[in-house]
Amino acid sequence: MTKAEIIERVYQTLGGSKQECAHYVELTFDLIKQGLAGGENVKISGFGKFNLRIKKTRPGRNPRTKQEIMISPRRVVTFKASHVLRDRVNQAGA
Amino acid sequence: MTKRQLIEKLSQKVEGLSAEDAKLVVESVFQAMTEALGKGDRIEIRGFGSFEIRTRKPRQGRNPKTGVQVAVSQKKVPFFKVGKELRQIVNPAGAKKEP
Repeated sequence: MTKAEIIERVYQTLGGSKQECAHYVELTFDLIKQGLAGGENVKISGFGKFNLRIKKTRPGRNPRTKQEIMISPRRVVTFKASHVLRDRVNQAGA
Repeated sequence: MTKRQLIEKLSQKVEGLSAEDAKLVVESVFQAMTEALGKGDRIEIRGFGSFEIRTRKPRQGRNPKTGVQVAVSQKKVPFFKVGKELRQIVNPAGAKKEP
């Protein structure tokens, strides 16, 4: 599934112009991104949570050259799927 | 930020988009994504990330409380891979590539 198909779905439920729908979908993802960039976790009930995790400095190495380097501290985004989504994913093929 | 706050922000950001319509947008987006993942489809949102279904192998598990061994059957889990742009904006300092 691509963004175009998501836009199509919004267009089917909301109507209006497709261009507007595209803009709204774009904005939805942008707002989530901005929230995370601002240090906020984003929780979409029924879907999942996008969480920020702080990673401390840790030693790592370049797998190609084997050279050891320190990995700088960083923030990363993790996703935890909600139970609704987990169940949904398992009911089809399980 | 919760889904409700996201809906509020969307409605505030777009002039003329009512709270109800903003709700329709956000709900449709995640419903469409949930259905796609339910079918086992992969979802790719440029700049945000991609979702796919990964299969966990069956394994021997243990009830942590009683210590009793139980068989855990194969299961599917949704997996999210963060997109490049999102990875960079949450971590501006580390955006530079390691030498």
